[in-house]
Amino acid sequence: MDLSYTPEQLAFRAEVRAFLAEKLPPRLAEKGRLGKRLTKADHEEWHAILNARGWLAGNWPVEFGGAGWNAVERHIFEEETTRAHAPRIVPFGVAMLGPVLQKFGSKEQIEHFLPRILNGEHWWCQGYSEPGAGSDLASVKTTAVRDGDSYIVNGQKTWTTLGQHANWIFCLVRTSTEGKPQEGISFLLIDMETPGVTVRPIVLLDGEPEVNEVFFDDVRVPAENLVGEENKGWTYAKYLLTHERTNIAGVGFANAALENLARIAALECAGGRPLAEEPLFAAKMAELEIQLMAMATTNLRVIARAAAGQAPGAESSMLKIKGTVIRQEINALTRTAVGPYAAPFPSELLDEGANAEPVGPDYALPATRQYFNNRKLSIYGGSNEVQRAIIGKALLDL
Amino acid sequence: MNFELSDERRMLRDALERFLRDTCTPTARAAAEQTETGFSPEIWAGLAEMGVIGAVFDESVGGFAGSGFDLAVVFEALGRAGAVEPLLEVVLAGSLIAERGDADQRALLETVIAGEMHLALAHYEPAGRYDLERVATTATATESGYRIDGRKAVVVNAGAADTIVVSARTSGDVADKQGISLFLVPRNTPGLTLRDYPLAGGGRAAELKLEAVELPAAARLGCEGDAFDALERAVARASVAQCAEALGLMEAIRELTTDYLRTRKQFGQPIGKFQALQHRMADLLIEIEQARSAVINVAGHLDRERDLRERHVSAAKQLIGTVAKLVAEESIQMHGGIGMTQEYELAHFVRRLIMIDHRFGDHLHHLARFVRLKAA
Repeated sequence: MDLSYTPEQLAFRAEVRAFLAEKLPPRLAEKGRLGKRLTKADHEEWHAILNARGWLAGNWPVEFGGAGWNAVERHIFEEETTRAHAPRIVPFGVAMLGPVLQKFGSKEQIEHFLPRILNGEHWWCQGYSEPGAGSDLASVKTTAVRDGDSYIVNGQKTWTTLGQHANWIFCLVRTSTEGKPQEGISFLLIDMETPGVTVRPIVLLDGEPEVNEVFFDDVRVPAENLVGEENKGWTYAKYLLTHERTNIAGVGFANAALENLARIAALECAGGRPLAEEPLFAAKMAELEIQLMAMATTNLRVIARAAAGQAPGAESSMLKIKGTVIRQEINALTRTAVGPYAAPFPSELLDEGANAEPVGPDYALPATRQYFNNRKLSIYGGSNEVQRAIIGKALLDL
Repeated sequence: MNFELSDERRMLRDALERFLRDTCTPTARAAAEQTETGFSPEIWAGLAEMGVIGAVFDESVGGFAGSGFDLAVVFEALGRAGAVEPLLEVVLAGSLIAERGDADQRALLETVIAGEMHLALAHYEPAGRYDLERVATTATATESGYRIDGRKAVVVNAGAADTIVVSARTSGDVADKQGISLFLVPRNTPGLTLRDYPLAGGGRAAELKLEAVELPAAARLGCEGDAFDALERAVARASVAQCAEALGLMEAIRELTTDYLRTRKQFGQPIGKFQALQHRMADLLIEIEQARSAVINVAGHLDRERDLRERHVSAAKQLIGTVAKLVAEESIQMHGGIGMTQEYELAHFVRRLIMIDHRFGDHLHHLARFVRLKAA
């Protein structure tokens, strides 16, 4: 075995690092480091910078305007961008819809939509979950009824992340109630400016309107916006989820979070000395670091297999569970590290240039906010319970 | 990056697994327990013949491998079979002889590799717990060599060992790293007495009493007083082996338990169909993959600089110890009553797995050590 990166991979890492040093606006990096709120314009600015370099869609083949990176290169890119506190790439267009269109979309859909994902003209959001459906996507109820050249869509989606910024939504809709529930689902692209679409924000535990409900009331969608075949949407949805789960371990995010924790523990004092030197606290941090060291290697093992052409299957479920639990534990310990200043919650301070008087140290509010926000990690993308069921079936043959 | 085994290692593993499948049966283990040494001489001879003992040493002393990944491959296979043969003792004592021995002393390893000589390391002491530097046993210079006095705790395989590597203090205070020397002591040396006993996880060990044990100067292994670093390296190598063995044990336990969940029926269906049990088994699988990564990490860093190597040793021991407890306890629980019985195969595997945390430092010891190594 050889645990080191190849010279080509190391050169690539250096290239990414140099790019970030030159092109990542310090203003955005600072926001990331301090856990401040990112605006739509912030995301768009960063996407445009990456797109100009040809690096917005690392996973896409070059012929579609992507970078054509393999799994190891994508991993290196993610590690470096998180280390630099760059905004994360909003995944819905680039990481989710893009691959589905490339594999199952019509020529017209590919030519129309892919360039608009890259140039920022379209901001996509995801219309999978519904009230009552949760991770059980087979039970979606939103209907699409064929009417001439259109589908008429009625129903409701929920947990639509950053839907307030989006102008397009990809949806799972029910086109048939016959046979198994999976067999009557279709994959539909909907312009959110169409009459009958309403978006309502949902404020989460951390006080942020990160997700939304989307209502469809007799929304007329052109039939050419159907991806692939009618009633075959389940296949495309599963393909999308496999892509969603690459990089699901979030090693880069966990490393950044652990670094942040170490910084706070060095600044906070307990009993007259840095918290980082308090034996029990240091032990808790060490346990998480040990877990992360092993998980990073598990992640690389899966990535190495993927780079060798073996698609990650149920292994990504393992990475999802372990990766999310570790990050949540780091977030919980960070909140603990902050001490009494974890309690104040003046959310206006999260905005750039806020001039209200700060409360406690500048890392306190983001710590609490991130702790609450990241409770979502074990719930979205197929809850960790659903992942365990996948492991039980696919890897343990139970 | 390449996480694949080389062809040679894969062939070694496959051959070893085949051999152990045929020979290391529950019946053979039960028979070995009744013997004086606690292991099977036939299996030991077989391991030697297959070159498995040679695989833990490099060419310089007559072996053919000896890297961290070689140790990992061999010991994972031994663990998977639940083998109790004392190859770990060869790694421990043998590494010290290979590193510090003169030509005559190193020549012993040829006999060891041929399977004709057994080794043990007598280092830890009754009041020392897991502290590697704590040595109260003394070696006093005499006209002809040294006189050793002291006690050694839980010396695995001492009863079967032809030669025991004994640490003793030639200078310094009880917890100094400086002043520790090593000696090769034939087991039948006058003044050395053994209180021999079986171990919970299989095999045997002994408490050693050394009372005015006279040794010639030529019995000293390497220079006087500077053995600590070599001891730490030998324990690092043994930790790789032991962590890999734990991984093999976990895999065996996982197989036993999933088989049981698939076949045992209750409420009209295999109990593995119950989501509550699926989830717990899925969690075990995830933790075992973590353990595998920890073994890869420590094996891959065995030859790196001291601090990095030891951080990985402590990380691996901490993680393996924690996961071992979870895997053992959960598998017993999921088996129900049968999991409590000595006669069912699981018993041997879980006892051996649990006991692994009690050598070279447990998960708490290594958690604290990891913190200190980081701070240093």
